[in-house]
Amino acid sequence: MAYSIIETCVNCWACEPLCPSKAIFEDRPHFRIDAKKCTECEGEFADPQCASICPIEGAILNGLAENANPPGSLTGIPPERMQAAMAEIQAR
Amino acid sequence: MELTVLGQDASEQAGGCSSGSCGSSGDQMSHLPDEIRKKVENHPCYSEEAHHHFARMHVAVAPACNIQCHYCNRKYDCANESRPGVVSELLNPDQAVKKVMAVAANIPQMTVLGIAGPGDPLANPERTFDTFQQLTEKAPDIKLCVSTNGLALPAQVEELSKHNIDHVTITINCVDPEIGAKIYPWVFWNNRRIKGKKGAKILIRQQQKGLEMLVAKGILVKVNSVMIPGVNDEHLKEVSRVVKEKGAFLHNVMPLIAEAEHGTFYGVMGQRGPTHDELQVLQDDCSGDMNMMRHCRQCRADAVGLLGEDRGDEFTMDKIEDMDIDYEAAMVARAEVHAQIEKEREAKRNAPSQAFVALADLQQSGKKTRPVLMAVATSGGGVVNQHFGHATEFLIYEASPEDVRFISHRKVELYCSGGDTCGDAETALQKNIRTLEGCEAVLCSKIGYEPWGLLEEAGIQPNGEHAMEPIEDAVAAVYKEMADGGLLDEPRQVVAATA
Repeated sequence: MAYSIIETCVNCWACEPLCPSKAIFEDRPHFRIDAKKCTECEGEFADPQCASICPIEGAILNGLAENANPPGSLTGIPPERMQAAMAEIQAR
Repeated sequence: MELTVLGQDASEQAGGCSSGSCGSSGDQMSHLPDEIRKKVENHPCYSEEAHHHFARMHVAVAPACNIQCHYCNRKYDCANESRPGVVSELLNPDQAVKKVMAVAANIPQMTVLGIAGPGDPLANPERTFDTFQQLTEKAPDIKLCVSTNGLALPAQVEELSKHNIDHVTITINCVDPEIGAKIYPWVFWNNRRIKGKKGAKILIRQQQKGLEMLVAKGILVKVNSVMIPGVNDEHLKEVSRVVKEKGAFLHNVMPLIAEAEHGTFYGVMGQRGPTHDELQVLQDDCSGDMNMMRHCRQCRADAVGLLGEDRGDEFTMDKIEDMDIDYEAAMVARAEVHAQIEKEREAKRNAPSQAFVALADLQQSGKKTRPVLMAVATSGGGVVNQHFGHATEFLIYEASPEDVRFISHRKVELYCSGGDTCGDAETALQKNIRTLEGCEAVLCSKIGYEPWGLLEEAGIQPNGEHAMEPIEDAVAAVYKEMADGGLLDEPRQVVAATA
């Protein structure tokens, strides 16, 4: 099983130096995780490192392809509040 | 005459404040040893007076961050916004060095290079220190500084002290974890994401420890705080007291920037920023015997130029690639420009102060007059030298019989572009006039007929008679005219905003 980085990644480099397996690499349009190298930090750390420092909700998926940091979990903004704010901005 | 904003000028003693160095008091800098005063006198971010003459730049080499702040959105890539944490082009250290040398060669007033993000510079130690190391060798005439949230600071103080870094800025918004939990949703610490009060407690501990360690090493520390009404506004007085006690030499209280379109927690949740008045009252309350910074422009992590301007567009990587830089020659030219600026500053210091004369006259008359806020349009050099319609910001000064003091700056939208975009001119103009609320006069080099009328209607007297004069002298002269005209005997009548 392996974590993966998807397109909402902002290329901030925070995860890359933390990976104990050197599975994360710079790529275009965004960083990626080498699934063959990723160990999900088993035996190394209590928490998977990339998902623990990533600032972007939804940018990292766990081994089950689930969102490691679901909407609202990092910013504290309730998802419905965010949607309402975005809808209001678009309506302007 | 005693002036009470932040001080910077070593030779300036209280009394006889001369133009261009107003906003400093002898007392506030006199407690600093000579070598420290020397370090800040050309630094636009530390010295209010210097910021009229010298420029700074930031290079965006530090994208990673180890905490989340509620006023920040980590999707930082934006060309049009101007606020901390925003950049348009991330650079690697080699590119950053090239950019610094290109800017230094083209903007000889540039004295300072800072690394300020878009993440936390000390959460990117390799990129940050590689940049500093190369610059120490290749551009030895440039001062280096760094800003940080403080989490990784204690671990990096030793490394910082090995580089030629004169100044460190720590953003400290609280010393109480209860309040911290309302500002910082999480920190990344010891390989875990730690949320809430527990995370805030770790951050606060690291910030305070880092501050103490830097002071012990003799590195100058400025503390930035973001004023968040209802969250930490009252608490910042305590923060100011604590950081001063520990040896921070300058405190910079900045207003929260929060708009829903920034996608930040505060923006989306409708947290408001402080009004001009609220900010000023808090800055005054925090000042006590500490230097307060009031000229901060909260610039982007890739800003270039004088504090009031951003010339980043002229120095994008693709433009720099084509520039041929002879840094040796540029260094000689820069030294000449700096010497010329110093000569002018020195001459101003020694010139008899017209501001002092005007106010002394007024004091002698024994008349009681109220303080007045005035807005000034300047493009640098410490003089009134900008057309009203070309100003992107106004500097706000308060004149009273005792002194002329710099209060703040206010950003406005450019309404006069001279092109065919003038259709929106009126609304932009009216908005700008509203920005000047509370001011009773605006000093500029020239002003058009239309804004003149609108300003008068709003109770703000336009004044173009002091073009090219030193700002403080001009403000004092206008104040004296108003006092002589009997305009200042009564409290101000509030004029309803026209826009």
